[in-house]
Amino acid sequence: MPSSASYWRRAWRHFKRNILAVIGLWIALALMLVALLADVLANDTPYYMVYQGTRYFPLLQSGLNSLGMATLPPELRHVDFTQLPAERVMFPPIPYRPNRIDLQSPFAEPSAVHWLGTDKLGRDVMAGIIHGARISLSIGFVAVGIAVGIGLTLGSLAGYFGGWVDLLISRLFELMLAIPTFFLLITIAATLRPNIFYTMIVIGFTSWVGMARFTRNEFLKVRNLDYVTAAVALGTPTRRIVVRHILPNALAPVLVSVVLGIAAAILTESGLSFLGIGVPADLVTWGSLLNEARSNSFAWWLAVFPGAAIFLAVMAYYLVGEGLRDALDPRLQ
Amino acid sequence: MLSYLLQRLLLLLPTLVGVTCISFAIIHLAPGDPAELRAGGGLGGAGAEGLSSKDRGNLDQALAAWRAQYGLNRSLPVQYWRWLCNLVTLEFGQSFKDNQPVWRKIAERLPITIQLNVVSIVLIYLVAIPLGIYSATHAYSAGDQVTTFLAFLLFALPSFWIGTLAIVFLCGGDFFDVFPPGGMTSVGYSSTWSFWQRLGNRAWHLCLPVLIMSYGGFAGLSRFMRSSLLENIRQDYVQTARAKGLPERLVIYKHALRNSLIPIVTIMASILPGLISGSVIIETIFSIPGVGLLAYEAVLARDYPIIMAVFTISSLLTLISILISDALLTLVDPRITFSGRSA
Repeated sequence: MPSSASYWRRAWRHFKRNILAVIGLWIALALMLVALLADVLANDTPYYMVYQGTRYFPLLQSGLNSLGMATLPPELRHVDFTQLPAERVMFPPIPYRPNRIDLQSPFAEPSAVHWLGTDKLGRDVMAGIIHGARISLSIGFVAVGIAVGIGLTLGSLAGYFGGWVDLLISRLFELMLAIPTFFLLITIAATLRPNIFYTMIVIGFTSWVGMARFTRNEFLKVRNLDYVTAAVALGTPTRRIVVRHILPNALAPVLVSVVLGIAAAILTESGLSFLGIGVPADLVTWGSLLNEARSNSFAWWLAVFPGAAIFLAVMAYYLVGEGLRDALDPRLQ
Repeated sequence: MLSYLLQRLLLLLPTLVGVTCISFAIIHLAPGDPAELRAGGGLGGAGAEGLSSKDRGNLDQALAAWRAQYGLNRSLPVQYWRWLCNLVTLEFGQSFKDNQPVWRKIAERLPITIQLNVVSIVLIYLVAIPLGIYSATHAYSAGDQVTTFLAFLLFALPSFWIGTLAIVFLCGGDFFDVFPPGGMTSVGYSSTWSFWQRLGNRAWHLCLPVLIMSYGGFAGLSRFMRSSLLENIRQDYVQTARAKGLPERLVIYKHALRNSLIPIVTIMASILPGLISGSVIIETIFSIPGVGLLAYEAVLARDYPIIMAVFTISSLLTLISILISDALLTLVDPRITFSGRSA
């Protein structure tokens, strides 16, 4: 049964043989790294600078500043480092912040200066994509976390207790399935103040049904097995039976739907910001960049690159999810 | 069978009431007052901040009158009850935006969205079933793996990206001018054109939206078809058919395929809700005046009556499609009967 260590080891061995899934995993890890290091990769604050004879590490120091450990002299705290007459300076590879507006160069084509071009306000697209990874991934992870929480709780309640609890919760599933989810999503997201935290919550609250039904069915299957009866006979508390004895069995299929759910949440989030819903207007996301291409159809780089980022992220998680599905299914081994 | 369907139809009503109740509560509890929004819009977006106290008083009076006109001053349960009573007589109220009856606005646009969705579903089935059959009969061959990979790639391609790429590169911009940039008909379209001319023009406009709406479905359905057929090919009765010397064609198409189509029928119910929400994005990209675009605009303008109407109609469509696919299931599989099973 899935909880043993050898089960997971065998699954991992099986997963490694699937080249596409491994590629997906690498892309997913790389994207996570980009999201974590976004401030270091794309920023208009230099790594290193010699200014008026003094050496500075502005990026590190401004980071410490924001943590409350002031190390940057006050006159350098809110300056535009690109305009500073420094003797020596070393910028991050993409020397732009995603929301750095440059009205001198709107719609610049991809070049050595702006690798992937700029948008209508002269904001660097590459910087936007790098920082957009952080927004998309965090929305994906948090939304799926919420969905897992709701789904596992309701699913195990319905599956373990059966009877009227099951009846009630199953009716709720039916209701949720009949509601046009995406439409509900844009309705709620459009009426709330644009905020990525609301978007996370709303996506989470509208995407738990599949996970809950999964868990319920798994519980129904396992509930009457002898080992559960044995646990009941031994006087194990219900909470412990559910959490320690039954839930681990449902873990493998849930893991697959978690990974696939991240892909779906990223897709939903970019779809929302593509429609201009749910994220603040000044926040650069993959979807908002892509949206600009609609009304400025000559700016092909705004259509190609942000969309490619969405596709890459979604595909990576799909590949990992499909690979996991194969690896965790004992019938296929 | 008939009594079962009737029973299901009756059970559909409480579900629908539940759906409308939830959506009504969500829509009305969300912040944002349509009256204020309307006034803010009417004052050139300036809002009410810069008004003198006398003007403010007048404005408040006007807003109160406007709320009373649409019954927005009542308590929420009362509002919901009145909405529900009106629904029984198919009365959805009037749009906040232009006081048009909601029913007429939807009736104008529903045929367009249904047309788009029906053509997409037919296309999905026409492409996915042969593809799935090919993959299953050539399982694990190079051809199967290529189709599997391509289907997967299509599945992961976001439709709003492909739609935007199509607009940028194919619809007249700086690149190719193959398709119209959106809408349902050309500027010079008139009803005096011959039937074929009108049909051709419509097809030219709907070609891209339909393709982009359906390509995601190719992948899902063809994978489903493949695994369903593979499962049947491994069954004993197919072995028997082969053993008695039937040609492979007959074995596949007359024996295995028929049984493997059963789950394909039921999956229709799960495709439809996806298409409905997909039409919001596709209709917005290609500015097709369907229900999706209407809903999107209504959401942005807090046009409660229209939002509620779209919610109700699309939930009803979803519920009915689930019902139809259950009923179809009994038609294609005589082993499944609903008599004696309490719902």
